[in-house]
Amino acid sequence: MPIAHNATAVPVTVDDAKCIAEKGCRVCIDVCPLDVLAIKESTGKAFMKYNECWYCMPCEVDCPTGAVKVEIPYLLR
Amino acid sequence: MFDLDAKTEVVEADILVIGGGTGGPMAAIKAKEKNPKLKVLLLEKANVKRSGAISMGMDGLNNAVIPGYATPEQYVKEITVANDGIVHQKAVMAYATGSYPMIQYLDRLGVKFEKDGSGEYNVRKVHHMGTYVLPMPEGHNVKKALYRKLRQLQVMISNRYMATRLLKAVDGRISGAIAVNTRTGEFLVIRAKAVVLACGAAGRLGLPASGYLFGTYENPANCGDGYAMAYHAGADLANLECYQINPLIKDYNGPACAYVTGPFGGYTANNKGNRFIECDYWSGQMMLEFFRELQGGNGPVFLKIDHLAEETISTIETILHTNERPSRGRFHEQRGTNYRSSMIEMHISEIGFCSGHSASGVWVDENARTSVPGLYAVGDMASVPHNYMLGAFVNGGIAGGDAAEYCAALDLPGYEHGDVDAEIKRVLAPTRREDGFTAYEMEYKTRRFVNDYLQPPKVTAKYLIGQRRFAEIREDLGNLFVQDPHDLMRALEMQSILDCADMAAAASLYRTESRWGLYHMRTDHPYTDDENWFCHTMLFKNEKGQMSHRKRSVDDYIVPIDAAEMGAYHHLRTASPQAAE
Ligand SMILES: Cc1cc2nc3c(=O)[nH]c(=O)nc-3n(C[C@H](O)[C@H](O)[C@H](O)COP(=O)(O)OP(=O)(O)OC[C@H]3O[C@@H](n4cnc5c(N)ncnc54)[C@H](O)[C@@H]3O)c2cc1C
Ligand code: SF4
Ligand code: SF4
Repeated sequence: MPIAHNATAVPVTVDDAKCIAEKGCRVCIDVCPLDVLAIKESTGKAFMKYNECWYCMPCEVDCPTGAVKVEIPYLLR
Repeated sequence: MFDLDAKTEVVEADILVIGGGTGGPMAAIKAKEKNPKLKVLLLEKANVKRSGAISMGMDGLNNAVIPGYATPEQYVKEITVANDGIVHQKAVMAYATGSYPMIQYLDRLGVKFEKDGSGEYNVRKVHHMGTYVLPMPEGHNVKKALYRKLRQLQVMISNRYMATRLLKAVDGRISGAIAVNTRTGEFLVIRAKAVVLACGAAGRLGLPASGYLFGTYENPANCGDGYAMAYHAGADLANLECYQINPLIKDYNGPACAYVTGPFGGYTANNKGNRFIECDYWSGQMMLEFFRELQGGNGPVFLKIDHLAEETISTIETILHTNERPSRGRFHEQRGTNYRSSMIEMHISEIGFCSGHSASGVWVDENARTSVPGLYAVGDMASVPHNYMLGAFVNGGIAGGDAAEYCAALDLPGYEHGDVDAEIKRVLAPTRREDGFTAYEMEYKTRRFVNDYLQPPKVTAKYLIGQRRFAEIREDLGNLFVQDPHDLMRALEMQSILDCADMAAAASLYRTESRWGLYHMRTDHPYTDDENWFCHTMLFKNEKGQMSHRKRSVDDYIVPIDAAEMGAYHHLRTASPQAAE
């Protein structure tokens, strides 16, 4: 059974201009209870890698620079 | 296929606590306070700083037993009645007597509760009989307070490790657990004298109506791993057919929340804006009335607060939009719902297991001991009914203290190396395939069938079909396929979900009566049958590895209840429709 990759819109976005991941920050990635955030290789910034979000907001609240924005996932918006 | 060289590290501890949400941290803290020399390891799938149901904080204590407002006896009575008499009262009493000391302890840790001008706790009435709700309008720092204490006591913390199976010694006592790192796929074998399970509810069992797998009421990390691990270790699980079903904000799937708004004058209403239940406390009977209102043409059901004064509404808004589920304001905004002019549409949730809100959990006695020596369970996954957050703290504390004593005279028990090898093989199987079905697909399908066949009212014919579908999915596990360690976590979770689906079906078929309102409403057995079923049901894995059942009689009550009081929760519907105030 070969695999297809279906695209979805992600509810959590990171403002690259504000994200200071290059200084070693990993706060949002650390606190996410579902482990769905990661560092994007091409930009070195945090991003939502898996669309598996509880819209609980520790990532947004704990980010030291206010770079993270949590929206309600489209399916239940 | 991806390459995981299955590196395995073995560590030793006196007490292993699995799950660092609410009850788990308190178990670790109280074990350390009892005996600072003990090596206590707290293992968490996510990160203890922000994990579990109280990740962002909490709106209030739903079941505080505070002198002057309620006595432990009253509370035991209330919960016995709310749960149709099937309770192990000693365990409820252990909670009730530990409730006030735990509030004072949390207060000292820096957790903020609502107090009046003279510094007394401001307790509110929401339950049918007594007064137990203590608001926490500034309840967002609970996790921080716990974390500080864990560090101070030098509890060892391992984040991002998901426990997958428990280990036992040849004599049947618990001897540790196996865990896998959710980012690297590395294995950890933890040898321990006692293990406390604190893995939360099985909150990812039914599929939310939105179709979004993670749009659940419970923190979706709580997918039933604790229930599955306890089952495979041979522990008894109690009253699993007494599902968790909650009245929630439609689609958002968070609490509406009548506990917060009730004391301010808010209430659950039908589409005419009328009250139809006298009491908004979540019980099976309340959910049944909710269900009937939806079915009877008066639905949808709403939370109504638009009749309140502006000042009151903004107070409510501040509480509900900053604590427990702070994304709620964004949800309402997008839908154009303003509490001042519109009611909030509600719906019945999908099913789950949870003793925190209902009564489906791993069997524990008043010392939080399961039926396996050395294994404890606390919080939402342990069988003490309607236990909520404070119950997780109190029972966590009880387990920690008892486990510390249990360890004192015990050498580190051995484990079967064959068990570890077999588990590593099971865990890694989906990484060894070139392609197949994804964890996402298999989880979706399992949970959709849970909705189709298990959601009450429970129909025997549907349940039997459901069991066949689950068996087919189990065969498909041979094609489960993952691409990275994150996926592997989801694949393991999916297997816990499937185990819970099987347990839910089997437990429901075993109890051939109806009880607990909507939670166990069987159309083929519509009446409550006290003669045959006034008992706990125990589900367990027998020596042949089969799912089995037995009855356990309800221990003599320590707080007697007369027949008239017993029916209190059966008359929740308002006598005649009441107009909006
Ligand atoms: C949205 C919401 C609102 C609520 N509101 C209230 C309220 O206002 N008042 C109240 O009193 N109660 C409330 N409750 C109930 C209360 O929060 C819970 O009863 C309580 O927090 C449960 O504690 P717990 O320790 O059992 O589970 P949790 O705190 O959820 O912790 C379980 C932990 O186990 C971890 N875990 C799971 N599986 C594994 C594994 N395999 N390996 C390692 N770790 C694992 C999880 O990541 C999680 O951190 C609410 C619950 C929810 C979900
Ligand atoms: S917490 Fe904020 S600054 Fe830090 S990595 Fe995440 S987005 Fe970047
Ligand atoms: S909202 Fe919660 S689940 Fe979603 S990315 Fe942020 S921390 Fe993770």
